[in-house]
This record gives sequence, structure tokens and C-alpha cells, in this order.
Amino acid sequence: MGLRVGSTPEPRTYPVTRAHLVAYAGASGDRNPIHWSDRAAREIGLPGVVAHGMYTLALAGRAVADWAGGPERVLELGARFTRPVVVPDDDLGVDVRVTGTVAATEHPATVRVELTVTCADRKVLGAARALVRVEPDA
Amino acid sequence: MPITPGLAGWELPATAPYSATRNVIGDFARAIGALDPLHHDPQAARAAGHPDVVAPVTFPMVIAFQAVSALLADPAVGIELRYVVHAEQRFVSSRLVVAGDVLTARLTVESVRSAAGTDVLATRSEVVTVEGEHVCTASATLAHRPPPVAEQ
Repeated sequence: MGLRVGSTPEPRTYPVTRAHLVAYAGASGDRNPIHWSDRAAREIGLPGVVAHGMYTLALAGRAVADWAGGPERVLELGARFTRPVVVPDDDLGVDVRVTGTVAATEHPATVRVELTVTCADRKVLGAARALVRVEPDA
Repeated sequence: MPITPGLAGWELPATAPYSATRNVIGDFARAIGALDPLHHDPQAARAAGHPDVVAPVTFPMVIAFQAVSALLADPAVGIELRYVVHAEQRFVSSRLVVAGDVLTARLTVESVRSAAGTDVLATRSEVVTVEGEHVCTASATLAHRPPPVAEQ
């Protein structure tokens, strides 16, 4: 387990449904109605309910934690929210896919993971990356 | 309504203490589909070397969000909430949140830039335990784009 420079971790795909967003609104305290009301979303020009940007970033964090061998190894994580993830009112929702590439840093105990996070083959996060602690090569 | 000039450098008082219980950590983890026992089962977490269940990486946003909300709600700031978009978020962690932590966030407005009718606020929230231990720095960039005053 773990991330090595030059390796390509297994892509992760996570379904996002309205039920996830409602649960996240409650758990995170972010109750902005654009994340649960189509009416509120349309009022600001969105096609419908969208995922919290932080929801998508949390999924990216899950992928990195899995790849890294534990969430405690994720030292830094961040992204720009560049495109909304529109979540339909059905039981399937949409899939968010997370892929990564692993690059060296100047410290042997860490690697940089450049993330590509897409929904329906379009990037939804920009400059998405993580810094991960790894075991230095013995 | 324009944003208040001189906002850069503003520091907000620490948010009210937030108790990161096993239940709230578990609820947050379930909401993002993170079923790893580290987030739900104290025994599994201890077996992995943690003092108790640990929160997912982005959990400190729950506390930082309270600080950001307080900034946006402050009438002296001159922001209209409905025109604010979360543009960017970054975390630098000292450690994961562990069940039993009591946490606060102290927010500083790092910079304010205005261009083409959009104000961009860069904020930094230091998420710390009430004992003063640093847990995470959560940096949120917010874009505020009010409609033009005379829309004719």
C-alpha cells in the first residue's frame, strides 16, 4: 500500500445522490439551499441542485487517503471549484471520478499527487492536488 | 453594495468551541461515503494507532465554515451572501481531528482583490483545539460578485 513516484493509483469512482447532499448539509452545517432545492439553484442560474464544492473535494480526499494507506498521511489537500456537479433527483445520482499522478517533492518522505476530478468526463476541480507522507525508500 | 475597503488583515474572534464527538465524525464520514472503520469504530482506530476514531481529511471545514459564515454575516463587511461563491479551498493538516477534540477556528482575511466587478477574498482559518494545539489550516477563497448597481 502507498504511493510511489511515477505510479498510477487505481482510479476511484464515487456516486453522488441527493441523499448524500442532504446528509452532508446536515453534517457539515452548510445548508445553502442550492444543494437541495432545484428552485433555489435555478434562481441563481444553475440547471438544478449541485453538490457542495466541499463534497467533491471530500471525495478527492477519500481517494487520496485510500491510495496513501490512511487519512493521517494526507498532509495537504486543495482545489479550485471550477465547474458545478449537477446532481439529478433520482436514485442513481452522478458519478465523480478521481484519478491521480504521483510526483516527487524535494523531501523523500512526501509525494505530490496531482488529481483529476471529473463528472461526465468534464473536469470539475482545478489545480487539485495533495501532499502525502510516504515511507522513504529503505 | 461594495465590499468594505481595508478588509485585508481583519481577524475574527475564535468561533465557539465545537465538540468533535464520535457521532458527528461518523455522520460526516457517512455523508461522504467514507465507511473506513477508522471513522466509525474506536477499536479499529486504536488498532491503527489513533487515540479514538479520526475524521476524514476535510472535516476541519465544518469548524472553518463557522468562521467563514461569521465573516460573511458581519454587516460591517459589506458582503451579500447570495452573491458569494466558494472558489477555492486548501487544507494543511498538522493531524487529523480525533473524537473528543474541542475545536475553534480563528479566521484572518489574507487579501482582497477586486477586478471586473468581482471581489476575491482570501481567508485563512486556523483550526485549533481549545488547549491550543494546531490541527489544520483551512484556506478558503471566496468570490463575491454583486450585480451592477444600475442594471439598465
